[in-house]
Amino acid sequence: MADLAIDHDFELSPPLVQGGMTYADVSEKVSAITENKPPKQWYYAIAVTSLMTLMLFGCLTYLVTTGIGVWGNNNPVGWGWDITNFVWWIGIGHAGTLISAILFLFRQKWRTSINRAAEAMTLFAVASAGIYPLFHTGRPWRAIYWLFPLPNSYLHLWQNFRSPLMWDVFAVSTYATVSALFWFTGLIPDLATLRDRATNRIRKLVFGLLSLGWRGSASQWRHYELAYLILAGLSTPLVLSVHSIVSFDFATAVLPGWHTTIFPPYFVAGAIFSGFAMVVTLMTVARWVYNLENLITIKHLENMCKVILATGSIVGFAYATEFFIAWYSGNPYERFAFMNRAFGPYCWAYWTMITCNVVVPQLFWFSKFRTTPALMFILAIFINIGMWFERFVIIASSLHRDFLPASWGYFTPTWVDICTFAGTIGMFLTLFLLFLRFLPAIAMSEIKGVLYQQNQQQKGAHE
Amino acid sequence: MSTSFLDKLPVPAFLKSAAEIKCYGVVGDFESPDDLLRAIRTLRTAGFTKLEAYSPFPIHGIGEALGEPRSPLGRIVIVAALLGLASALALQWWTGAVDYKLVIAGKPLFALEPSVPIMFELTILFGAFGAVLGMFHLNRLPTYYHPFFNYSQSEGATNDRFLLAVEAADPKFRGEEVRTLLDSLGSRHTELVEA
Amino acid sequence: MKPLVEINPTRLTGKQYWRSLDQAAATPEFQEWVTSEFPEGYATVDGTNRRTLLKLMGASFGLAGLTACRRPVEKILPFSRASEGYIHGQPLHYASVATFNGTAAGVIVTTIEGRPIKIEGNPKHPYSLGATNAHLQASLLSLYDPDRAKEVQHKGARSSWDEFAAWAKAEFDVTKQGDGSGLRIVSERNASPTLASVRTDLSKRFPKALWVEYESVNLDAARAGAALATGQSVEPHFVFDKADVVFSLDCDFLGLDSASILPVKQFSKRRRVEQPGDKMNRLYVAEANYSLTGAMADHRLRVKVGDAGALALELAKELNVSGKELKVLGNAADKTGKFVTELAKDLAEHKGKSIVVAGPRQPAAVHALVFAINATLGNIGQTVAFTKPPSELTNSLEQVKQLVADLDAGKVKTLVLLGGNPVYTMPTDLNFGAAVKKAAASVALTEEENETWLASEWRLPMAHALECWGDARALDGTASIQQPMIEPLYGGRSVLEVAALVAGREPATGYGLVNAFWTAQWPAAEREKRWKASLFDGIVAEAKAAAVSVPVDAKKALAAAAGRIEPARAGLEAAFYPSHSAYDGRFANNAWMQEAPDPMTKVVWDNVALISKTTAGKLGLRDGDLVSLSKGQQKIDVPVMVQPGHADDSISLFLGYGRAACGRVGQGVGHRVEGLRTTDHFFLVSQVDLKKTGETYQIVTTQEHHRMEGRPIVREASSEEYQKEPAAIKEMAESPKGLTLFPFHDYSKGYQWGMSIDLSACIGCNACLVACQSENNIAVVGKDQVRRGREMHWIRLDRYYTGSDEEAQVVTQPMACQQCENAPCESVCPVAATSHSPEGLNDMAYNRCVGTRYCLNNCPYKVRRFNFLAWNKDVPEVRKLVFNPDVTVRMRGVMEKCTYCVQRIERGKIAANADGRRLLREGEVVSACQQVCPADAIVFGNINDPQSRVSKLKKQARDYELLGELNIRPRTTYLARLRNPNPALEPAAEKENP
Repeated sequence: MADLAIDHDFELSPPLVQGGMTYADVSEKVSAITENKPPKQWYYAIAVTSLMTLMLFGCLTYLVTTGIGVWGNNNPVGWGWDITNFVWWIGIGHAGTLISAILFLFRQKWRTSINRAAEAMTLFAVASAGIYPLFHTGRPWRAIYWLFPLPNSYLHLWQNFRSPLMWDVFAVSTYATVSALFWFTGLIPDLATLRDRATNRIRKLVFGLLSLGWRGSASQWRHYELAYLILAGLSTPLVLSVHSIVSFDFATAVLPGWHTTIFPPYFVAGAIFSGFAMVVTLMTVARWVYNLENLITIKHLENMCKVILATGSIVGFAYATEFFIAWYSGNPYERFAFMNRAFGPYCWAYWTMITCNVVVPQLFWFSKFRTTPALMFILAIFINIGMWFERFVIIASSLHRDFLPASWGYFTPTWVDICTFAGTIGMFLTLFLLFLRFLPAIAMSEIKGVLYQQNQQQKGAHE
Repeated sequence: MSTSFLDKLPVPAFLKSAAEIKCYGVVGDFESPDDLLRAIRTLRTAGFTKLEAYSPFPIHGIGEALGEPRSPLGRIVIVAALLGLASALALQWWTGAVDYKLVIAGKPLFALEPSVPIMFELTILFGAFGAVLGMFHLNRLPTYYHPFFNYSQSEGATNDRFLLAVEAADPKFRGEEVRTLLDSLGSRHTELVEA
Repeated sequence: MKPLVEINPTRLTGKQYWRSLDQAAATPEFQEWVTSEFPEGYATVDGTNRRTLLKLMGASFGLAGLTACRRPVEKILPFSRASEGYIHGQPLHYASVATFNGTAAGVIVTTIEGRPIKIEGNPKHPYSLGATNAHLQASLLSLYDPDRAKEVQHKGARSSWDEFAAWAKAEFDVTKQGDGSGLRIVSERNASPTLASVRTDLSKRFPKALWVEYESVNLDAARAGAALATGQSVEPHFVFDKADVVFSLDCDFLGLDSASILPVKQFSKRRRVEQPGDKMNRLYVAEANYSLTGAMADHRLRVKVGDAGALALELAKELNVSGKELKVLGNAADKTGKFVTELAKDLAEHKGKSIVVAGPRQPAAVHALVFAINATLGNIGQTVAFTKPPSELTNSLEQVKQLVADLDAGKVKTLVLLGGNPVYTMPTDLNFGAAVKKAAASVALTEEENETWLASEWRLPMAHALECWGDARALDGTASIQQPMIEPLYGGRSVLEVAALVAGREPATGYGLVNAFWTAQWPAAEREKRWKASLFDGIVAEAKAAAVSVPVDAKKALAAAAGRIEPARAGLEAAFYPSHSAYDGRFANNAWMQEAPDPMTKVVWDNVALISKTTAGKLGLRDGDLVSLSKGQQKIDVPVMVQPGHADDSISLFLGYGRAACGRVGQGVGHRVEGLRTTDHFFLVSQVDLKKTGETYQIVTTQEHHRMEGRPIVREASSEEYQKEPAAIKEMAESPKGLTLFPFHDYSKGYQWGMSIDLSACIGCNACLVACQSENNIAVVGKDQVRRGREMHWIRLDRYYTGSDEEAQVVTQPMACQQCENAPCESVCPVAATSHSPEGLNDMAYNRCVGTRYCLNNCPYKVRRFNFLAWNKDVPEVRKLVFNPDVTVRMRGVMEKCTYCVQRIERGKIAANADGRRLLREGEVVSACQQVCPADAIVFGNINDPQSRVSKLKKQARDYELLGELNIRPRTTYLARLRNPNPALEPAAEKENP
């Protein structure tokens, strides 16, 4: 039974936890972040991000009261930044689940110090993504309940379950729910730690309630470990399915440039790619601000860079394959769609995407880039941008010129498009900052397990 | 004679006799998981059955050491997942082909192919709920009171201590003897914990 | 008062006859209500007023059905006592007639609860034959224009009709006017016999009074030419369905240079091909601007407007017009020469079966020459006929010159302007606006508060054609009576009524005048019967004016013309054309027309100066560059746009824009090109100076890409190619029939609706587009939203250029929802808002739609339209009356699209069931676009019935599914575009082979 517990046959070098920390140190280090006043930077940061969040709410209000017309969407480009942002955010979410679930199944112990934050990132990314499918509809006040299979007395109609958009609703909401469950389950022992460390009544009460009276008894650990394992087992296919289903939105359409069987794997790879880029972006900053260098070591970051390099190359390969198939298919519409992508009105977007997603990650072949947080932060930003453009290129460049040249058009965003997107970034960061402030950002119980295991091996080495 | 023995016990003064004490058990505190495991094994061989260990992280093999059966959670999850699968199938078939028939894109009213994604998603969703709620049920969570918390250093269990409790419910339980036994096994601080 | 008409309802069957409510309109309360209804437009209208309005219309309507009451008229009739033959919610149809620029077309008007909501052609009328055109369709919207003139004004202060009548009584009295030498009346070209009779009365009363008929876009030159050629004043007619070969010399006879409907009917008859073997006519066009006619051409020659005369002369020479007998000399060198020679040969081969026709921009001499050529070809009496003109033919330009001279000389006591907008449309050098003020007294009767209205002392609101009694003769003399459909919304009166006031006729009510005029023609016994029959049929049964046989002496005509024809000259010219949207400005405040894209340029809400690519290159101009054109003191600024296939060194300018005083729709839209238009350069300005202003102007079009990218979208073939291998059309793209993962849904039972569109017949006029807008309550979104790609038209006309930019050929393709059986839009809608009906319709449930726009993305034809904003939120109250109650007015955030006029299908089925019939008859249900189409290019019907016209058309070899290769099985299919080029002439442009 794979479990959280120590695996003696597992080799750990270099040590994942450095600076000769004890169990108590781990508790202290991690809990302190939530117990003491945060550093100045935190206040500056949250001030900015919460303003951006307010801007988001402003834009959405304007949108709902006025109509989709406040965005740049048009005929033929029915989807613009809205769905681009949706896919981008969902993709980012995937890294969290991947780290917490898949790496867990593969016994990648190095995940332990980053999985908690990564899972949080998943939740907040999915929350940001969730805004778009709802608000991109012309009548969100109807969509909000007509998109779920609830009996309605209005027309007594049911949903059309053949629609990929319907699959999306199920996939995304399932994904959000399961991630939340997984995350909370992981939190329980650490919440108990905070409870037991709590000095003032409020913290005692809050964490007392949240930790559900966890005692850390062997009998509890027994069920807990299995539950965690099963959740990991369920999340793994789930995370793969979610972006596959998102890609069906395009793959099942008749549109040249959308109607492609390669999309599911290509989208999943892209998701992991962008997700890891985002984790690196956040982690490099977090470990610098909270000096967690001993817990989030270079080894962690380097491993993530390797994953980025791998997935980045897969994505690059996917781009190449698309073009080959377009040519090989002999379908004139298909061929045109791709030539138009690379050399049409949207070529600027296309080449931005290629640069950021295919060229930039290749720098990770050099260990300097894999081991210097500042450098990998910059590269990660590039990849975030590149992956946004990938979705934009797929959506806009395929839509703006399809079958009948008479209906061709062009998409230009409005200020509302831009502010809405910026707003979701603000909301995402706000949530993440709050998480850092109030919840254990690192899974203490898991770290302690790893620590114990290290000590074992050191002992073994001495004898 | 028993009275004189009781006087020596470091129990709260207001307690007259051990017989009157409603007690959870004796809890000892060990320095490392290894000591804890050793203690457990000894006590088991000594025939103790009602033992409980507390640790900040799960320790490999402790379950076997305590002789606990395999967790039934797996079965719960499978049932839940299958329930999800069935409900997805039922939902799509009934709404599409029975309750409100609509010709859409000339496709059949119900077909398996387009139903797969939702079937899959609901399977996962129900399964996940099965896992979490099942675990809560088996662990009796939430439980906001447990006599273990009366142990003066119970908070160590979530920090850096490895505790062993011999519960009063154990037929071989004798407060004093257990205490000395635990001390002899290397417990740094042994306590008789009241219920 | 004595009833004006006596009708016994028991003898009535079918349609009910209209009876007007002049009395109600005359009451002071009514006047008060009208004037207070919309003081400054709709903004101040409150609910009660609106209800009053509806009540009154209800009343007028109720009485309409109640055909035989002798009781005095009530102002309110409760619907609880519904009038005979009236079923609430059922439309009623009335025959009437619409006059447009002096030419009449019979119409059938649909009214619901007293509101006219649709205009259709009257099948019995020779100049309509059941069809209409874009402008007639849009004239309905002008009725409900909230910016119409709403009150009688005197010197800017509110007055009333009574005050005006009092003033008029004194003013138009013999004692005041004497012989009428100080009285001048200006009206639009008018074909009303009753008005003619009023005019004769007037001239009896005031012998020296002068009545000027002025139209800024007219066919005077053709008439003058005919006069020159024949020596007498006659109305020329061209019978296009009799012609095998047609040569149009700068004449857009399929577009705005004729009584558009009939010629299109006749011409398209000869373009339709049922069997590969069928013969088509052949069309040669020589023109500067790319007209609708040019788009239909088999051979098109780009020639400056100013050089057309020289070309005609060359043709005349080739045909040996001056010689004894018809023979082609064939001395041709360059490309033009070859064109002329081959044309001459072709014409000569079809002696008596050909037509040569010249356009209104050509001087009389050229027209005379054209008649000479026709005479030589023996076409006179065969394809070219003359009739006595319905009204005396006059050269209005000469008359207005005289009028203004008199005004300047202070000779004019009273100036009466009846209808139109002369201050705006008259040649700029006349400065008519200022001249009007020189008259001692001026009266203007106009529909809107336009430039003319503002210039005049007495300002009278004019009744819309749907509000008043009248009559009109078609070009062939067929007379029809115009019935009012609704009380004048703003208490307006007709030209006829005011003219009668001036002539001192009593009673001066439209009904009285028209009824009196006609009944006087008939024996007393038949009067009632014939009056009712005329109203019922929409045409007055009487002896038609027979074609007068007028011999044309070719040689004399040639002699008369030749001297006056100018030789081809170098240098930049600018020619004036009526705009397809605003015409000459009379539709400037009509939102439907403003948003209807120009058929060729696809420009909306603007007029542009069209130039050829070469000229643009030479002058270094790009689309949207603002240039200033000047000739003498006259100078205008206008943005240029490159028009493929346009003649070099020629600039095409479009009239009717840059209106100074217009409603909120047309105010300041576009640029006023009339500023360059003088009496000497009325249609053509030669040697015009062009300067770049350096500024650029945003031109908005509904189509931004104009090539087919080698895709088999509009499939073309020459008639020979088609004859050789008919299968080739279908083979241009493979459609994987029956290739499917699932079994197809069974559509073999009941009605299965389908459509067939004949691209050989379609001329690309906007009739279907505007008709659809009128039928389906389609919103207008404005220039800026169109720029953002959000126009709402359910049917659009895709226009593609083939060949080089210089010698481009044009194909047009009406594009609406194709009602695919395997509709890609349906499978992606998450809430099942769009699904298939058992009759094969791709239905759209607006109130279920949440607006994901996924269906729009997945529609390969991009014919779905999304309500990006609340287009219908701020619709003026009165404007709402135009809505068709059978069609939902869509709210913000929902998708919409063509429904094959499902409301008409349902009405048809209900009627069929009510008659106890089970099945609809062929042609019983027609879509709005089909009904309006003057070319009969659109055919809709039940494809399950092998006998239906649509199924027969779909059996043709040239029938093809657009994008059939996607296996979506569209219900609308197209009949390939066929051309009939002259083998001797290589095609004008090597076609892009799709």
